[in-house]
Amino acid sequence: MNLNRQSVKQSTELGGKTQINIFFENSTRTQASFELAGKRLGADVMNLGVNTSSVGKGETLIDTALTLNAMKPDILVIRHPSSGAANLLADKVHCSVINAGDGTHEHPTQALLDALTIKRRRKTLAGLKIAICGDIKHSRVARSNILLLGKMGNLVRLIGPRTLMPSQIHELGVEIYHDLEDGLRGVDVVMMLRLQHERMTGSLIPSVREYYKTYGLNFEKLQAAKKDAIVMHPGPMNRGIEIDGNLADDINRSVIQNQVEFGVATRMAVMCLLCQDT
Amino acid sequence: MQIYSNAKIVDPEKGKVFTGNVAVSEGLIVEVSRNRIEAPDNSVVIDCGSHFLAPGIVDFGVKIGEPGERHKESFRTAGLAAAMGGVTSMITRPDTSPSIDNPETLEFFTRRAHSATEIRIYPMATLTKQRLGEQMTEISLLLDAGAVGFTDCDSFIVNSKVMAHCLEYCSQNKALVIGHPQDPWLSGGASATSGKFATLKGLEGVSPIAERMGLERDLSLVELTGAGYHADQVTTRAGLDVLEESIGKGHNVSAGISVHHLTLNDLDVGEYRTFFKIKPPLRSEEDRCHVIEGLKRGVITIVCSMHTPQDEESKRKPFDEAASGAVGLQTLLPAILRLYHSGELDLPLIFKTLSYNPAQRFGLNAGKMSKGCQADFVLFDPNYPFILDRATLASKSKNTPFDGQTLQGRVLKTIVGGKIVFSQD
Repeated sequence: MNLNRQSVKQSTELGGKTQINIFFENSTRTQASFELAGKRLGADVMNLGVNTSSVGKGETLIDTALTLNAMKPDILVIRHPSSGAANLLADKVHCSVINAGDGTHEHPTQALLDALTIKRRRKTLAGLKIAICGDIKHSRVARSNILLLGKMGNLVRLIGPRTLMPSQIHELGVEIYHDLEDGLRGVDVVMMLRLQHERMTGSLIPSVREYYKTYGLNFEKLQAAKKDAIVMHPGPMNRGIEIDGNLADDINRSVIQNQVEFGVATRMAVMCLLCQDT
Repeated sequence: MQIYSNAKIVDPEKGKVFTGNVAVSEGLIVEVSRNRIEAPDNSVVIDCGSHFLAPGIVDFGVKIGEPGERHKESFRTAGLAAAMGGVTSMITRPDTSPSIDNPETLEFFTRRAHSATEIRIYPMATLTKQRLGEQMTEISLLLDAGAVGFTDCDSFIVNSKVMAHCLEYCSQNKALVIGHPQDPWLSGGASATSGKFATLKGLEGVSPIAERMGLERDLSLVELTGAGYHADQVTTRAGLDVLEESIGKGHNVSAGISVHHLTLNDLDVGEYRTFFKIKPPLRSEEDRCHVIEGLKRGVITIVCSMHTPQDEESKRKPFDEAASGAVGLQTLLPAILRLYHSGELDLPLIFKTLSYNPAQRFGLNAGKMSKGCQADFVLFDPNYPFILDRATLASKSKNTPFDGQTLQGRVLKTIVGGKIVFSQD
């Protein structure tokens, strides 16, 4: 993290290593974050966009993976709209694969950077109550956070309309709330999620304004949480839909910019660990 | 004449297993006896070596890649797989490309079948043209051409009026309608059964209620029209309940299940293994136990493989994009024998659901160990253990969920009409 705050942000930990980012879904922050993380560690970083690659010509994911594998990269970073795509890729290649988000399954580095952000801000993760609010059904961020925070022993609450809760989610050891203020009562951390319109089928919410009225976070609703509760969002944000714009910008409450900053550090750490033995 | 001597005969009709002999002449059984059968001169005696001899399997719902997808399966390879699996009759699906929705295509299909395999083929035709759920096919002409049932397969006929008319018309023609009961809206886009596993894996899930809703719609229309109806697969407790109710009312209704739903559950998908992606998706362990009970109570009467060959390319994909279906002709018997070895089903009941019941339901002279029935048999050793290597399957497509698993039970001989079409040695 200190490296990222110097004027010369470069080290040689991954010097000579090759990192390829394959993003089958559009992404600004995650892709930039992985790219910067690699570059700051001295790796050769290549970005493959779906539109410009052979995927557009009908090549399957596995063939793309095998092709890239033949070029001997050290790290593949993949984002894909299908759950399990990273697993599939990892089975077929010899290098390390980092899941940068697969469908509605997982987004592990996001959960790690979220935990880091909470820890930096609150000194410790231990004993904190954390609420995750919004579109849980389509959220890989939520699933990864439930797993990680569950492992750390945190109490996790999920808040959202029943239509945006995946089935049997309560079996994952979380508390479920359908009322925002009830759910926020006494929590230390509020994680807001983006409403994923692009994945929605079959009329899940009546309208954006009704959603904002019931589940949009603003200063007033936040009062139900602890006085020093922090607000997080994995981005990209829909201001005025899930979160009030002013709240998102209030550096006393919102740690959204820290999340982005720590994201680079987290990904650097993950890549260093993966390359230690090679 | 042929004499099959020294066999443990599995008689599903009477629910018995006994040691005895079977005499066959001109492709038909002429005598089944516990005692020695006097063999006339120049008759052939086949010593069964105290192994089990059961009526050959009548496998419902086999998809053959002809016409249209011969790279996935041909009549020849399907026939070989069937023979090696103890399947002597295949009731085939019409969801080919083009679909079997007119007598000419059906005649082509039957002709190809007869030239390529000795396994008996009983074709089904589609209920509506191109399986679009709009215009009824020529039911009577298709019956004349040899169709044994009518189904749009996994394409649910959404328009209830069309379905009602199809059922009415089929009822008048004494034609059996086969449904794939799934509410198409609720199950749309799903690749797994909803629940903890699907949620953890981020897979779009469908509730078992979709099966019940599909069944409720179809069974209501059966009540209205009096048609004969068979649900291809009832895989959940929710579905079982409405099925049982309809049977209780005396309607001409039956249901089957695939061996995969009887022996695997949703957790078997594990790390997104696409060979476990089938339609409907694998269910919870609770539902699996319920359908086994349903089978024992005689609510579900037919067990099949739902043999669905898929090429490598269509399975080498992320789970939600991969094609559905599993091959099963060759693994049907060893797979269901898992329930024999676990003490849940006995051999007569197994062959009732594999052979006797499907033959009865589709009006075939098969599935029995009695005089006058076609001499279609499977001779097998239920205890022989082996680890399945999918590369050894005879099907062109190797998409079996049992790859690498230990199975028990092997076919020694398969006999169709008194002719040995497969022999282990």
